[in-house]
Amino acid sequence: MAKLILSMDGLVLKEIPLTKERTTIGRKPHNDIQIDNLAVSGEHAVIVTILNDSFLEDLGSTNGTVVNGNAIKKHFLQNNDVVELGKYKLKFVGEAAAAAGTDKTDFEKTMVLRPSAMKTATDQARAMASAPGGAQAAAVAARAAAAQQAATSASAAGLADKDPKTAPPAAPAPRGAQPLGAIQLLSGGNAGKELELTKPLTTLGKPGLQVAVLTRRPQGYFITHVEGAARPTVNGQQIGAAPTALKDHDVIELAGVKMEFFLKG
Amino acid sequence: MDLTQILEVASATDPGMVRSHNEDSVAADAANGLFVLADGMGGYNAGEVASGMATTVIITEMQQALGRTRPYDVDQKTHKPLAPRLVHEQVLKANTSIYQAAQSQPQYAGMGTTLVVCLFYDNRVLVAHLGDSRLYLSRDGKFRQVTRDHSLLQEQIDSGLISLEQAKHAQHKNLVTRALGIDPSVEPEIHEYPARPGDIYLLCSDGLCDMVEDEDISMAVQAFSANLGMAASHLVQMANDNGGRDNVSVILVRVLREYPAARGVMAKVFAWLK
Repeated sequence: MAKLILSMDGLVLKEIPLTKERTTIGRKPHNDIQIDNLAVSGEHAVIVTILNDSFLEDLGSTNGTVVNGNAIKKHFLQNNDVVELGKYKLKFVGEAAAAAGTDKTDFEKTMVLRPSAMKTATDQARAMASAPGGAQAAAVAARAAAAQQAATSASAAGLADKDPKTAPPAAPAPRGAQPLGAIQLLSGGNAGKELELTKPLTTLGKPGLQVAVLTRRPQGYFITHVEGAARPTVNGQQIGAAPTALKDHDVIELAGVKMEFFLKG
Repeated sequence: MDLTQILEVASATDPGMVRSHNEDSVAADAANGLFVLADGMGGYNAGEVASGMATTVIITEMQQALGRTRPYDVDQKTHKPLAPRLVHEQVLKANTSIYQAAQSQPQYAGMGTTLVVCLFYDNRVLVAHLGDSRLYLSRDGKFRQVTRDHSLLQEQIDSGLISLEQAKHAQHKNLVTRALGIDPSVEPEIHEYPARPGDIYLLCSDGLCDMVEDEDISMAVQAFSANLGMAASHLVQMANDNGGRDNVSVILVRVLREYPAARGVMAKVFAWLK
């Protein structure tokens, strides 16, 4: 079941499941979602839910309806869309995401969308066009329905993920949790200069002579030799062909220049 | 014409962090300047079968075809080089093989594969593709996508239904509108571009471009440009570090020198003397 999460200033006020075909939003008390704020019109907007798809329509409100920063008249709601009404925000959480609680859907196996699937979907959409939401929405819905169709027909044909032992996606380590590394030059003309390693890749050395790359990965920082007859050294030890992990206060020597790697807390 | 001294090649393929088997397939024939990457789909191991058939059929059939003619030979009827027709024919042969296997054996029903093929000849690169496997080009410090995906998402972007920003978070990223082996006939998209010394071409499956931002791919290709093998394994590693939810495959090809076709009489004599 798709739902809306109402919040103000980042504070979640309530969750509203979209159970009805028409969910009205406005300032007046008869609305399904009443938002008592002068910036919100009496009858501000409506969300029409057909099967798994929800469409947001502005009902000629004074201040308009904004989705993801753009003013809209009619909008096919997608997962994580944010609807802004004055100071209030409504976040739309789609059917699949609400059911699974994860973003598993967006990395399904590749599948083909076939013209035959498109056709049946268009028929579906035509039927849908008579429903409130209008023909405009139907065109968009045709595509989405075709996608749905492809997914169903694909699973029927044995195309869907048949791998029950598939592990849950390995959660990538959040970038922010990792301490920021930096290097400080210890010798050469720029001795004392510091360079923060914010990018996923930092190239060091002189092209054609000796080049190494410092990579930032969830596990930490690594140094890899890329080019040149001589390999860089870490704490006096020449590194191998494989990437070498860097520890706090390791001293790297590259193309005759010494530098220290350290982690910033 | 042997291109092994002119094209530097590196490739890598990896099942990723989540999937238990690899449905991608890569093949390279540097001597003929031919590179093929396929990302298979279908239940059980059918995806692997489809992508494996695609790369094998295209490489072997193309080798035979190139034994009979040369890609820069001019077609008597159309007065255009033969290369696009040759590639088109081999892609159709691969399509027929996969489609027939899928029809005749129930365990392969519905299998198919995306495809990107590059043929380097006469200072040019010919690109044929189907689905969402891509070709990128790094030239003069600029990195751009050469192919346009045949996918629902790309169609939505083209028709202005969604913006590029929305596309990143869209569902149905996985739906392709064209693929090899799904229908009895198929129309690959074929284009030709001039190739230059110093160009680095990247063929990749969606396991790379879905997991890693284009900007980061570009940075990695440029940082490791002196060492293509390292670049290939680093690209795979980046996809895996970001979650690696799909199979990841890359082929990197660098053009070292110009490779004009030997057309004149003298050139033929030299080629013969060699």
